Amino acid sequence: MSEPIIQIRDLHKYFGDIQAVKRVDLDISQGEVVVIVGPSGSGKSTVLRCINHLEVPTRGSIFIDGVHLEDKKTDINKVRAEVGMVFQQFNLFPHLTALENVTIAQRLVRRRDKAEADAIAMAQLTRVGIPEKADAYPRQLSGGQQQRVAIARSLAMRPKIMLFDEPTSALDPEMIKEVLDVMLDLAKDGMTMVVVTHEMGFARAAGDRMVFMDEGEVVEIATPEDLYSNPQSDRTKLFLSKILSH
Amino acid sequence: MTVQSDSLEDAPLTSTPKIRPDQFPFWLVIIIAFLGGMAYLVFTGEEYRQAFDFIWGNFGTLEGFEAQGLEGIIGRGLTMTLYITLTGFFFASIIGLFVGLGRISRNLVLRTLATTYIEFIRGVPTVVLIFTLALVVVPAVATFFGVENSVSNVSRAIAALAIIYGAYMAEVFRAGIESVPRGQTEAARSLGMTSYQAMRNIILPQAIRNIMPALGNDFIAILKDSSLVTLLAVRDLTQQAKLYSGSSFRFRETYLVLTFLYLAMTITLSLILRWYENRIRIEER
Ligand SMILES: Nc1ncnc2c1ncn2[C@@H]1O[C@H](COP(=O)(O)OP(=O)(O)OP(=O)(O)O)[C@@H](O)[C@H]1O
Ligand SMILES: [Mg+2]
Repeated sequence: MSEPIIQIRDLHKYFGDIQAVKRVDLDISQGEVVVIVGPSGSGKSTVLRCINHLEVPTRGSIFIDGVHLEDKKTDINKVRAEVGMVFQQFNLFPHLTALENVTIAQRLVRRRDKAEADAIAMAQLTRVGIPEKADAYPRQLSGGQQQRVAIARSLAMRPKIMLFDEPTSALDPEMIKEVLDVMLDLAKDGMTMVVVTHEMGFARAAGDRMVFMDEGEVVEIATPEDLYSNPQSDRTKLFLSKILSH
Repeated sequence: MTVQSDSLEDAPLTSTPKIRPDQFPFWLVIIIAFLGGMAYLVFTGEEYRQAFDFIWGNFGTLEGFEAQGLEGIIGRGLTMTLYITLTGFFFASIIGLFVGLGRISRNLVLRTLATTYIEFIRGVPTVVLIFTLALVVVPAVATFFGVENSVSNVSRAIAALAIIYGAYMAEVFRAGIESVPRGQTEAARSLGMTSYQAMRNIILPQAIRNIMPALGNDFIAILKDSSLVTLLAVRDLTQQAKLYSGSSFRFRETYLVLTFLYLAMTITLSLILRWYENRIRIEER
């Protein structure tokens, strides 16, 4: 097996006195889909945000494709262009149309010309199923449509890795499926994905491994099937009993 | 199945909202009546018309241009006031933008410089600042660059206004930038944009949109405070009025006309501003 595309080594993160992440070690290989679950405040978002250096680790190191993020000489913008991120609140740029949302970073970061950026953007908007919304502004779109534009925006950079932080938890139930379908499709195409979500259907269908976190620590790693049906740790059992009960 | 409603108040969702008496802008009617009355006096009364002509200055007249070149046009009255206001606002905006960025910079030196400047300006009366800046600071800087003699009073006045209002506008820009949610920066940076690219293309366009009303208010404030450049013997509207009343002793006509001119401009601008704010609010629904 080749070198893992994401290597997390002894990751610790403090916010003042709060220890958000403790001793996390995790390797993720090319094409793998890893689902992270855990109670609120367990450090899931923080781990994800360290992977594209939105948070700077207090201790430990992360390597993306062999590049050490915490190294002062690393050009972080170059790494980030290869690591897409989808947020719970979509974070579309409200002053730009859907198409412009998808082209702006291509133009500025990838230095593509307008014609090429537009063509790639339209292809990505088609892929997520809303080419007809290219000229709409974010406020004219439903939550599900906004999240799909956000996914298209990241995909247009042609990233090697996609990070998702609870991409469906701000959505109305009827819109969750349209976003999960796009993500399933992406997983099928072999994208390396790290997904924080409590959508068990997605985890079962697409997840290669599932990571359970609690109080900043990785408690258990298993296949989704094993984790749900045969959790080893008491903390995992307690957590699953809570989310499965309703 | 619906009960017929017989008054508009009972049907708040009807398409033509009626303005209730307690919301009607009576103040505007009174001000417009004052402006209309003054306009009538200027058109019909010889003494008011003379005062008006003198204060306004020979704006855009061929004679003025032939006699004094460009100075003949922009050298007097209204044009001078507008020129000082526009250029003062322009430079104040630039100063405000950069100082506002300095205020939120992670660099302690930049942040300290920006905060010191703002607090300094805010702690001193505007009139005192006009004198100090125009008569002490600007000459000192000009001497340093060896161009002392070429700095006109008008330039000093503009520099003083820009430096004063730069401090106030810095706070407006800072607030505007901080009004853009953090997620916007994070989304931009996570796509690989540099912090400059994110600021320039994502944050500032949204910030400026949010602070348009505040910038408009600052423009009106500069327009009013531009009258202080009279202290530097710059021939703006107020200076023209002083000169005219000094020689004609027609104080009532002079200062009523002067009031009329400023009020006409500020009311027009603030109505445009209200209209713009309303339009944005409707658009964002
Ligand atoms: N910017 C911050 N400043 C201070 N504390 C923070 C910050 N971000 C996170 N924390 C704290 O770190 C801990 C872990 O937060 P994190 O957001 O990673 O949890 P999470 O597992 O994603 O939770 P959730 O399911 O609620 O999103 C929490 O105690 C949180 O309050
Ligand atoms: Mg979270």
